[in-house]
Amino acid sequence: MTDFTLDGVDNPAVLLTRSNARSKFTITRLKKITHVGVKSIFSHGLRSMLTVLGIVIGVAAVIAMLAVSEGASFEAQQQFRDLGATNILLKSVKPAEVEESARQGFGPPQAVVYGLTQADINTIRDTIPGVSNVIASRIVKKNVWNLGLSMNTDVVGTSVDYPSSRNYNLRAGRFFSQTEVRDHSNVVVLSDEVADTLFPIDNPLGQSIKIDSDYYNIVGIMESEGFSNLGQNQAGSSNSAPTRIFIPFTSSKSRFGETTTRQTAGGMESETVELHEAIIQINDQETVIEVGEIIDQILQRRHRDADYSIEIPLALLRQAEASALRDQIVAGAIAGISLLVGGIGIMNIMLASVTERTREIGIRRALGAKKKDIIAQFLIEAVILSGVGGLIGVVLGIIIPFIISTFWGMTTIVTPIAPILAFSISAMIGVIFGIYPSMRAADMDPVEALRHE
Amino acid sequence: MTTIDTSSNIGAVAPPSLAAGSMVASLKEITKTYYMGTLSVEVLHGISLDFYSGDYISIMGPSGCGKSTLMNILGCLDQPTSGKYLLGSEDTSEMEDDELSTIRGARLGFIFQSYNLIQQLDVLENIEMPLFYQGYTEVESHEIAMGLATRVGLEDRVNHKPFELSGGQQQRVAIARALAVDPLIILADEPTGNLDSKSGAEILNLFDELHAQGKTLLLVTHSDELAERSKREIKLMDGRVESDD
Repeated sequence: MTDFTLDGVDNPAVLLTRSNARSKFTITRLKKITHVGVKSIFSHGLRSMLTVLGIVIGVAAVIAMLAVSEGASFEAQQQFRDLGATNILLKSVKPAEVEESARQGFGPPQAVVYGLTQADINTIRDTIPGVSNVIASRIVKKNVWNLGLSMNTDVVGTSVDYPSSRNYNLRAGRFFSQTEVRDHSNVVVLSDEVADTLFPIDNPLGQSIKIDSDYYNIVGIMESEGFSNLGQNQAGSSNSAPTRIFIPFTSSKSRFGETTTRQTAGGMESETVELHEAIIQINDQETVIEVGEIIDQILQRRHRDADYSIEIPLALLRQAEASALRDQIVAGAIAGISLLVGGIGIMNIMLASVTERTREIGIRRALGAKKKDIIAQFLIEAVILSGVGGLIGVVLGIIIPFIISTFWGMTTIVTPIAPILAFSISAMIGVIFGIYPSMRAADMDPVEALRHE
Repeated sequence: MTTIDTSSNIGAVAPPSLAAGSMVASLKEITKTYYMGTLSVEVLHGISLDFYSGDYISIMGPSGCGKSTLMNILGCLDQPTSGKYLLGSEDTSEMEDDELSTIRGARLGFIFQSYNLIQQLDVLENIEMPLFYQGYTEVESHEIAMGLATRVGLEDRVNHKPFELSGGQQQRVAIARALAVDPLIILADEPTGNLDSKSGAEILNLFDELHAQGKTLLLVTHSDELAERSKREIKLMDGRVESDD
């Protein structure tokens, strides 16, 4: 009775053939398992949708938050970059004490003397290595006229190098020349804002404008992009960065003099400022911050009143970059947490699904499913849930920044890495949070599972 | 109801039909002990049985006699504590979980009291399931499943979900599923327990047909009617074989 007469009939080779066949049809099997997964996801439509929602929100949040913070930092960095990465900006600032004493005084207004001087500039230019050029400017507020049209604007007396100091471009015409500076010529370069206001119809080139009692020939028009200066930002009035027109430094000095007078609430106020602004250009971007510190030290010795300010765009750029990185880490962390919560949601649903489908697991095991088949089935379901959620999230994450840009005018930048990163994290979360429920499903005792009601 | 020679449905890879009378399974001194903490209960006390191709066997006995345990061991869903269980030419006693899964899927067909169809899948997909786990191609398994659906008289219901079918129809789907891999033994646990007498009779007629075609059937039942139809009645009592004829 013990010897079997099944040779050739129940050949173990048949089983072997089958298990070889199994590995050959992996793609078909995957398709089938995916098909079953999709079916069971759809059989619990609402529940699956809510699960997916967690991932959708997580992924969309990651992408949108990164896009907004990337856009904001790009904007900030662009502002500083416009000021020139190799520049150091000096400005004359009216010291607080001087202001006090001027107010207390009676009698005819005493001219207040403060600010940067030509001597400062010469010292910086001659003693500090690495300084390639210093462009000093005088800025006087004036009413500028073209026949009946007028506007109040900053008249900047400067040197021929001014346009090269920042990222300024001429829209039309030319900047004034060295000869014109030497000759104290009455020539002017308008910013396009001023040009548009004073010459709404005709071409301003070749025409002239009137400042005080003098006429100035218009030789060029500059794009106003980049005029927004830091001093204004700090004063909290960045929205109204003053318009500018440019005349030769020498002309400004001889036409307007060094002392300016203006009407205030308490009477007349005069001040004498030799230079309002200086742009120091440095040879090497690497040394800008160092040189800036040296210049600050020199000026501190020469100006005990602290009647100047120094700005290093590169240092501010570095700060902006650092804070942008901080913002991104914070944004990423918040978004990451929401993804994590989404993942926990998936795990929760998968666990419920496993319990609910205990009987099915038992049936499948009885009909020949191995543990790994069961794991594959539940894992694929988790990956489908998180993958679909991830895809919808990516789409939303790209649309949301677009909407923000369109309706709020904020700069947003969706870097290609953000959607890829967010999607792969969501897929990974599907796997990680699907593993435990799948293992639990696979480890069920088939007998127990079949008995489960 | 049409009768179809299943061997033509199965394809070249399945084992050819067995000559009647050859042994398909053998239990030798099977014991099963359950441990609950320090308490141990021996449910089966050394059961030895041989099953032959073409057998139509019913296993009967009162509740708690070890029927279900024996059935689980025969179905390779559970392992005996001691003894040897040969299924075909393979000794299952020492098999790993994966091997047991494979042998269940390839050598056994299960029919349950509560049908145990998968609700999300339609009739055809339910029948195809054991084939899927055996690695049949889609074309192969589709062909086999269609043939079996026709055989159990459900060819016009292949795209219905189980809940759209009557109990008798569901059990017929389960039978078709059990036949899919052309197993050595078809194990049926109270196959008519949930059915009215008319549907139950249909199922029993189907079993008779299967027996006539040389299938090996093993039924666990309380029903005397079912037991009478079988050709060999095994009575269990307190974990031992009381009678076998």
